[in-house]
Amino acid sequence: MKTFAPRTEEEASAVIAAHAARREPLVICGNGTRSGYGNPVAAEARLQSSELAGIVAYTPHEMVMTARAGTPVALVEEVLAAKNQMLAFEPADHRALMGTIGEPTIGGVFAANVSGPRRIVAGAARDSLLGARFVNGKGQIVRAGGRVMKNVTGLDVTKLVAGSHGTLGLLTEVTFRVLPRPVTETTVLICGLEGPAATSAMAEAMALSVEVSGAAHLPLGRAGGGCNGEANPVATTALRLEGTASSVEERAVKLLRAMSAFGPAERLDPDRSVTLWRTVRDISPFCDGSTRALWRVSVAPNSGHRLVAALRETVNVDAFYDWQGGLIWLRTEGDPHADVLRGHLKAFGGHATLLRASAEARRAVPSFEPSSDGVSMLSRKIKESFDPAGILNPGKMG
Amino acid sequence: MDSEIVFLEPRPAVLARRREIVADLASFLPEDALITDERGLKPFETDAFVSYRRMPLAVALPETTEQVAEVLRYCSANGIPVVPRGAGTSLCGGAIPQEDAVVIGLSKMVRVLDVDLVNRTATVQAGVTNLCISEAVSGEGFFYAPDPSSQLACTIGGNIGMNSGGAHCLKYGVTTNNLLGVKMVLFDGTIIDVGGKALDPAGYDLLGIICGSEGQLGIVTEATVRLIAKAEGARPVLFGFSSSEAAGACVADVIGAGIIPVAMEFMDRQAIEICEAFAQAGYPLDVEALLIVEVEGSATEMSAILAAIVDIARRHDVKVVRECQSARQAALIWKGRKSAFGATGRVADYICMDGTVPLSELSNVLRRTGEIVASYGLRVANVFHAGDGNMHPLILFNANDPVEAAKAEAAGNDILKLCVDVGGCLTGEHGVGIEKRDLMRHQYGESDLEQMMAVRAAFDPDWILNPSKVFPLDGRGVA
Ligand SMILES: Cc1cc2nc3c(=O)[nH]c(=O)nc-3n(C[C@H](O)[C@H](O)[C@H](O)COP(=O)(O)OP(=O)(O)OC[C@H]3O[C@@H](n4cnc5c(N)ncnc54)[C@H](O)[C@@H]3O)c2cc1C
Repeated sequence: MKTFAPRTEEEASAVIAAHAARREPLVICGNGTRSGYGNPVAAEARLQSSELAGIVAYTPHEMVMTARAGTPVALVEEVLAAKNQMLAFEPADHRALMGTIGEPTIGGVFAANVSGPRRIVAGAARDSLLGARFVNGKGQIVRAGGRVMKNVTGLDVTKLVAGSHGTLGLLTEVTFRVLPRPVTETTVLICGLEGPAATSAMAEAMALSVEVSGAAHLPLGRAGGGCNGEANPVATTALRLEGTASSVEERAVKLLRAMSAFGPAERLDPDRSVTLWRTVRDISPFCDGSTRALWRVSVAPNSGHRLVAALRETVNVDAFYDWQGGLIWLRTEGDPHADVLRGHLKAFGGHATLLRASAEARRAVPSFEPSSDGVSMLSRKIKESFDPAGILNPGKMG
Repeated sequence: MDSEIVFLEPRPAVLARRREIVADLASFLPEDALITDERGLKPFETDAFVSYRRMPLAVALPETTEQVAEVLRYCSANGIPVVPRGAGTSLCGGAIPQEDAVVIGLSKMVRVLDVDLVNRTATVQAGVTNLCISEAVSGEGFFYAPDPSSQLACTIGGNIGMNSGGAHCLKYGVTTNNLLGVKMVLFDGTIIDVGGKALDPAGYDLLGIICGSEGQLGIVTEATVRLIAKAEGARPVLFGFSSSEAAGACVADVIGAGIIPVAMEFMDRQAIEICEAFAQAGYPLDVEALLIVEVEGSATEMSAILAAIVDIARRHDVKVVRECQSARQAALIWKGRKSAFGATGRVADYICMDGTVPLSELSNVLRRTGEIVASYGLRVANVFHAGDGNMHPLILFNANDPVEAAKAEAAGNDILKLCVDVGGCLTGEHGVGIEKRDLMRHQYGESDLEQMMAVRAAFDPDWILNPSKVFPLDGRGVA
């Protein structure tokens, strides 16, 4: 495959304009480490933002950073950490899950709207994104949003571009809000809960005034396992607290007291807490080196375990839960069983994205949830408004 | 006053068919859901941007999503502009009609449809007021975070239209960060559902583009919003400074130290006097600038954060640190702040600017704002959300004096351009409406605007919805 890795926005614009004129499709990516998202794209050439790299501006006392899209996430995180700041939304590293290599880029994080456990309190990647520059499908260089925290000037095109998986434009630069890094953290673990009780415990924890910044449930067995795939000996429901040492201490006592009504509860020290949430963030229990079908399912928090129970009546699945139960990582046996899953979702509400499967299954199953007629008509028109020739990652989002 | 801001020319074909249009609307709307007489229409001729007014052709007040769809289907088929309206508290003229338009008001759609405390969501009809949502769940220990000062009156539909913010958004975000789903009617009457109780909807971020679209992409009839557990306690503290610069620098240092209070509100001397006279909140009167900093958490947590903030404030030579003594005083402190616009209105006519600037520019922009307004021979009061750099200079003038009114408008434009020039934007939460429409090119380049308008056209190809707003009237590439 021919690869273009422009070093300037103008070069990127020229590549896209030329392809648009010839109506030749392009694979759009950063470094392709999240290629599990979306349908396979039929194209002979690839345009990647990996060489558009470097931090453009960082003002810690304003909590704002601007970086070119190809900047490695690792570099962004390192520079932020040096000033005791961090990305609020805790993006996953998808390489182990999807079997990809290379450096994840910050543009890719926003293009896929990758948001981890802290999303429940700090918002998704799209909530942190203040502004973006991108090249649309006509080769125009477009600036959306800005660098200030509050901005309602015109339509919020920034939001549309976030999570559009390269189908609306090639991101060239992103400006995002960052947060102070908490001084410390702990996790309260409740052991031995089944799905319904775990769901109640998480809901109750989120209703307390203790600011839980992560709420996950790792059931007994394989899905609860760590990176090496060993089985989880006991189901664990995990609730994270972050902040200053004294504040975390005070809240932990309160949370432990409330949670002990559900079952034996204990506390993790900061190191083990960090490890646990990295496991949840990176979907490690399912990083098994296989291509077994893996779904990311988003539902109302209290529907998560019910959906899984309904599925289990006909299909063999492993699952664990983040986001208070509303984000399900679901691995199926053999076939992805898309029809069964999406059939149930019609009743439960929510949507499922296929992130990994055999090549054959990937060709047969749309990666993203098909939408209603009205919404898909709108989505098509929005796509056309950015990319009239339909050359940017065509078909990737359905 | 003389209108400087131009509306689209009314479509003669529509004006000529007024009678027929009214009769058609009456044929499918309930009797009390249609207003066509002059007296009835009068309250709808403007919003809180009162310098401009236009009588609409008719006002429809549908009771159901289906009725909204019927009106839209009819209007788009007949080329009749539609202006969506919530409570009409827009400060930028976003809800001002035009002579050939049917206003669709949501004031009859005021039901709370579902409160789900396990999933921490509320689903309400678009005409429900902002405060009503928090009140519905307050007893259970929850609240809806974005809190515009107009929250007693403004609707969730209007909040979505403007992506509204408020004093407590520093920590909890603005409308777009707290919206989970909408039911919306498109220009041609198609009803769509976007999102729901899950945290992230599928596909393109339609909620993101709908939020802040100022009634140009469709009419929202229902919304599902996130609820948040109330903190154990919250306490506003007053910090008085001997200069605006010192207060501005203190704000930047607090954020820089990694402290994010729930709110950090700024008032200059003029604003302090106006608000104190109105609310008797105990604001210090012998300082040049005041910060209302709200911290929350347990008693020990609040004390710890406060101590850190006091340390920083001392470095900026803080003159007064006043912790409030009771829940009643806390309420008064917020009442004073939230009534700032109304209280100012008792003293003079004013227009309220809404630019956002990078925090490091706060002091500079405050000083230059003062200079700009003085150069027009006018006065200014500053009261705003300092933690996120969202400034609200209130330019005081006499609306009965056309020369002064024109000067106020010109001073406002200069200030907004300044905000853009230092790296900020024209509007942080009030929207573009008609007020800032003709300044859009100061912030955006042609390809930026072209892309935005192309998205708009994807939703509303014939520019039926609120067409006089947001985008400069020239260069739209449509009839
Ligand atoms: C005293 C005062 C204080 C204020 N304080 C704040 C503040 O602190 N923060 C802040 O952000 N704003 C503030 N505002 C501005 C204003 O209250 C907000 O913009 C508010 O969200 C408008 O709500 P509304 O229901 O009055 O909407 P309207 O004024 O009726 O409409 C606002 C816009 O939304 C559109 N719209 C209305 N309903 C719908 C719908 N259902 N579907 C689609 N589009 C719709 C309209 O066409 C219009 O463009 C203040 C205003 C006043 C007068």
